[in-house]
Amino acid sequence: MADDRIGRVAMPKWGLSMKTGKIMEWVVAEGDEVEAGDDLAEIDTDKIAGTLEAVDGGVLRRIVVEAGAEAPVGCTIAVVAPADVPDADIDAVVKEAEEQLASGAVEEDEGPRQRTAEVGGRAVSYTTMGDGEDVVVLVHGYGGDKDSWLFVQEPLARSRTVHALDLPGHGDSAKDVGDGSLGTLADTVLGFLDALGIQRAHLVGHSLGGAVVTAAAAAAPDRVRSLTLVSPAGYGPEIDADYLRGFASAGTRRELRPHLLKLFADPGLVNRQLVDDLLKYKRLDGVDRALQTLLGTLLDGERSALDVAALPAKAGVPTVAVWGRADQVIPVAGAESLRPFATVHVVDGAGHMAQMETPAAVVAAVEEAAGRA
Amino acid sequence: MARTISYREALNEALMQEMERDSSVIVMGEDNAGGAGAPGEPDAWGGVLGVTKGLYPKFPGRVLDTPISESAFVGAAVGAATRGLRPVAELMFIDFMGVCFDQIFNQAAKFRYMFGGKAVTPVVIRAMYGAGLRAAAQHSQALYPLFTHIPGLKVVIPSSPYEAKGLMIQSIRDDDPVIFCEHKAMYDTTGEVPAESYTIPFGEANVVREGDDVTVVAFGRMVSVAEQAADELAKAGVGCEVIDPRTTSPLDADTIIESVENTGRLVVVDESTPRCSMATDVSALVAKEAFGSLRAPIEMVTAPHTPVPFSPVLEDLYIPDAQRVVNAVKSVTGWER
Amino acid sequence: MTETAPARPAPGLDDKALLTAYRTMRTIRVFEERLHEEFATGDIPGFVHLYAGEEASATGVCMHLDDDRDALSSTHRGHGHCIAKGVDVKEMMAEIYGRTSGSCHGKGGSMHIADLSKGMLGANGIVGGGPPLICGAALAAKLRGDGGVGVAFFGDGGSNQGTTLESLNLASVWNLPAVFIAENNGYAEATSAAWSVGGGDIANRAAAFGMPGVIVDGFDFFAVHEAAAEAVERARNGGGPTLIEVKLTRYYGHFEGDQQTYRSTEVAEARETLDCLKQFRRRVTESGQLAADQLDQVDAEVGRLIDEAVAEAKAAPLPTRADLETDVHISY
Repeated sequence: MADDRIGRVAMPKWGLSMKTGKIMEWVVAEGDEVEAGDDLAEIDTDKIAGTLEAVDGGVLRRIVVEAGAEAPVGCTIAVVAPADVPDADIDAVVKEAEEQLASGAVEEDEGPRQRTAEVGGRAVSYTTMGDGEDVVVLVHGYGGDKDSWLFVQEPLARSRTVHALDLPGHGDSAKDVGDGSLGTLADTVLGFLDALGIQRAHLVGHSLGGAVVTAAAAAAPDRVRSLTLVSPAGYGPEIDADYLRGFASAGTRRELRPHLLKLFADPGLVNRQLVDDLLKYKRLDGVDRALQTLLGTLLDGERSALDVAALPAKAGVPTVAVWGRADQVIPVAGAESLRPFATVHVVDGAGHMAQMETPAAVVAAVEEAAGRA
Repeated sequence: MARTISYREALNEALMQEMERDSSVIVMGEDNAGGAGAPGEPDAWGGVLGVTKGLYPKFPGRVLDTPISESAFVGAAVGAATRGLRPVAELMFIDFMGVCFDQIFNQAAKFRYMFGGKAVTPVVIRAMYGAGLRAAAQHSQALYPLFTHIPGLKVVIPSSPYEAKGLMIQSIRDDDPVIFCEHKAMYDTTGEVPAESYTIPFGEANVVREGDDVTVVAFGRMVSVAEQAADELAKAGVGCEVIDPRTTSPLDADTIIESVENTGRLVVVDESTPRCSMATDVSALVAKEAFGSLRAPIEMVTAPHTPVPFSPVLEDLYIPDAQRVVNAVKSVTGWER
Repeated sequence: MTETAPARPAPGLDDKALLTAYRTMRTIRVFEERLHEEFATGDIPGFVHLYAGEEASATGVCMHLDDDRDALSSTHRGHGHCIAKGVDVKEMMAEIYGRTSGSCHGKGGSMHIADLSKGMLGANGIVGGGPPLICGAALAAKLRGDGGVGVAFFGDGGSNQGTTLESLNLASVWNLPAVFIAENNGYAEATSAAWSVGGGDIANRAAAFGMPGVIVDGFDFFAVHEAAAEAVERARNGGGPTLIEVKLTRYYGHFEGDQQTYRSTEVAEARETLDCLKQFRRRVTESGQLAADQLDQVDAEVGRLIDEAVAEAKAAPLPTRADLETDVHISY
């Protein structure tokens, strides 16, 4: 009989296409005390490397899959339990996990469920994790998609319902962006809430998405419980126009890769799969036009065409921001205009993509903003 | 969003979506609908291996069955292309180019240059190539190097369902004549393919996997053979960089050369016969452009210089397999100067 | 036996049309005779196949064709077809001289003159290369539904190519708006059509493909014009393809330099008694439709045009190394 105090640490499913993950390193050792949220292991997927955090507190009783080995999604890779759970019970769970692993009969965690909503005549694709009462909506940046939240969505979903959507022109959503204006994009987010029957939500936006959720909050403050902004656009005139134009026009791996290097503090994160996935997206019919149209929303010559800095005060919504200190696309100087009304966390070890490089900081920021709602 | 579909379905979807998008796209070939003039179903076959199935009911005037007259209908496709249509003509087996080669290499391939840059000939000629179906000497050849030799043609050789759809759409939209080589043993292989239309640019190799020990350049169905070999070799600690050029003309020389500059070793895997093949072409390229980086002689894994045999025993020996690639890689990695 | 079309004045040809016909035939004649002279000086590179003597065929057919909707494929003896389909004469001459101002920027030469904007799909160096292309052009016209037609010119040599026979069949099976013009000048290179064309007349082959076959006298512009009128109209109205065999004589060798030791005295006799320009002049002046001085004026104008064309071609710039590797693909 398995003790319900025994926690199985499973190989996470970060994104729809992830089938297996490789454990690069165990951050903790057998016998260590861990708390929920502690880093457990570094895991490499074919998309990107990430850190697996503990769900349950207790003692890391056993590591099932050693560092260097690969395991399918859903497979038990370690066991956490209070110190007083007998070894024999732990052994039974480990044995069961090892048998599962050997036979390949791992039941895959179904992971995020992908759905489509009809918003303003456009198909908007989104994934949902968790089923808490509190609702979080994650809005990616220019050229990104809902998968850019894959390290954030899962931990946030432990106590909430977390939707990650694809803005028009992105991911699996319709590629028509209309006029591509900030208003159109903000209306898409509010329309998304309507389509799903969500009264109020915590909005989280990255880069262009940061400006979008700000505009949404200003337009309908009663619908927004809190704002979390990750390197948001529209809070200062500085933006790397070369990056934006280069990303929009790049058609080959060779052209795209140098631009992507600007996104991260750690250039090692720009692996072949990331580049290939973005190229696959960029080759879809309609994407080129969408990206070009949105460039007009983002840029005025070499500077940002967006200015949303005055809006959060108007919305009166609790706001927390996270900015990677090494951000090359929207420099951290932009954070200054947020300080009067928002808590700003400038994090080390992250560039423009804090939600991928330092996901725990983004998760903490969302919790902080939600806590003040 | 991406679903898992077959190579055949990917091609069918590409044709369907392009015919939907552009009314100048037409499809023609022997039994492309199938059953023309016969008392039974009008879309009886949908191509000899079913690639064009379902197009005829949707676009009845634009899917044309032809008599078995390759010269006439391939030439008609070329002529129609100069007059505003975007025909996709199916030659069925690539071996049949023998009876219509003039229309491909003296007509379609030459118009642009011969007419001083004024001609536009957006024709796609689909052809099945490759051994493995016990179809013997006149239905099994891998003749893409012959087309690659001809300036003016573009030659496409997709290695997966994703490549098949994106390269087909690019071929149809491309303004130059394209020879589209489909491996007949791959029609049932499956892979993730976006439901939306998309294009893959010509002349951009796909680095199928990265590795530091040896560059393995493979074409068409040989890409999956190279991957099997790379899996095997990874267990022995040998890292293969597998490159799928996707198109033999244009050829992404830069990606191949950059890779060899890193690995210092090259194995080329080509299902065609070895003389004047892609294997010799890529080998010559690397020998000329990256000689200083080579740490071992180049290895070529190809068919023998013979017609394709019929007997399954012989045909299995004929087709390059993963073990031969493994052996070639071991040979180049074990070589000491 | 296929019927022979009677040679009688074609209705519907007003003075203007007659002058146009004469000007076209005269332009072809002078163009070719001038090339014959210039080639002998050694200034013209490569091979030149002259159309002199056959002018009534290209002119009689092409007068029924439009620039936009109708397409034509030609042979290696293509200058006449080009001129009749409206390709610029000076650009043609420059092309034959291998100059950048040529129709194909000097990259095609005599055997590959084309002007796709005028539906001229090119002279063709491959015997029998054109008919399949014309099936495609006719198919495109049929799908456009604008009444356009495709016209394939080929010779007695081309009539024995599989491509031509396949195209006749395909045009019949697809009921294409196509017209096949077999210009039987009696010789494929040095081989007599009497020997190489099995079954006698080329036009007889039409019956095998279920289409009308007609034989016309290629020295008689009016006969060609009338037969082509009927075939083009049938094609435009959905009546399918026609095969017209035009019997004529080429005045020069297969190519310039051909000593023609395989021939007898037929050329001299034809020039003297059958020549299409002489017949045309006699017919229209005797009937009173045109005056001799009107035709003389055309002769003078054409002479000046060809003089200018040669002078300009000789003075035009030659291609440079920079031109060698361009125009292979549209994008690469």
